[in-house]
Amino acid sequence: MLHIHCPYCEEMREEEEFSPAGQAHIQRPLNPEELSDEQWARYLFFRKNPRGLHHELWLHAHGCRKYFNMTRNSVTYQIMETYKMGAKPSITASEEGQS
Amino acid sequence: MSNSVQVESPLHHAQLDQLIGQSNSGGIVLHEAALLGHLNLRGNSDDAEFLAGVQEALGIALPITPCSSANSELAQIMWLAPDEWLIVVASGSEYEVEQKLRSYLKGHFAVSDISGAQTILELSGSNVVELMKKSTGYDLHLDSFPVGKVIGTTFAKAGAHILRVSEDKFQLVVRRSFSDYIWLWIQQGSQEYGLTIV
Repeated sequence: MLHIHCPYCEEMREEEEFSPAGQAHIQRPLNPEELSDEQWARYLFFRKNPRGLHHELWLHAHGCRKYFNMTRNSVTYQIMETYKMGAKPSITASEEGQS
Repeated sequence: MSNSVQVESPLHHAQLDQLIGQSNSGGIVLHEAALLGHLNLRGNSDDAEFLAGVQEALGIALPITPCSSANSELAQIMWLAPDEWLIVVASGSEYEVEQKLRSYLKGHFAVSDISGAQTILELSGSNVVELMKKSTGYDLHLDSFPVGKVIGTTFAKAGAHILRVSEDKFQLVVRRSFSDYIWLWIQQGSQEYGLTIV
């Protein structure tokens, strides 16, 4: 079981309370009507699946019901940090030397 | 055919009122705080006007510290999220309190009467902490779960909000659809301690 820090409840909670919601920091294009089908499909469906550091969106489903971001290592499952929506991660792949 | 409408708690079918007094020995004591008024309040806790409006309407400051609660004669307020609170008021007064909140609050906020959507179960007794330990993964030590704290978590895998009323008394806010399952769970989980309904 993972022990996850919820940045809104401000404490560690059991993994059972959370649901993962995929890749974080996906920005909706500001001009959808000007995009080609391929560009729009890339926004809708194409996701990263990195080996190592990954920024993910999680939902505290049984707690405060808020989405938040998590930086997690997809190999070791180590959670580096969790941070609120709208915030920037303090740990990124380039800092880890993985580019 | 009668036109009158009878309001029923989600545990009406369990006939808890008929089980009162049937057993008075047991480590677990269960009481359904049925048919209270539940109001869901949403708003921006960074907005000073919003906070002041709630304070004027309810006579008590909105708890904005995560996982905290507040009590007044009129209402009990539980923190659910940074922008969401549950206000529990006496049975029948929910409409009046809702109107009062609406008259004091301005701008971007929402008040919803969700009294029919959930019920409150009060668990107490000498073995209540043991029963809670079977049911939730949260650390029940007083250091991590002090009196007055309210947490949204799972109770027997069903979502619930748990408020610690005193060292050995907990309030469970459970959804209507989960209430029968949780009633069955409490019966089974308290078999080894004995269950008293009050």
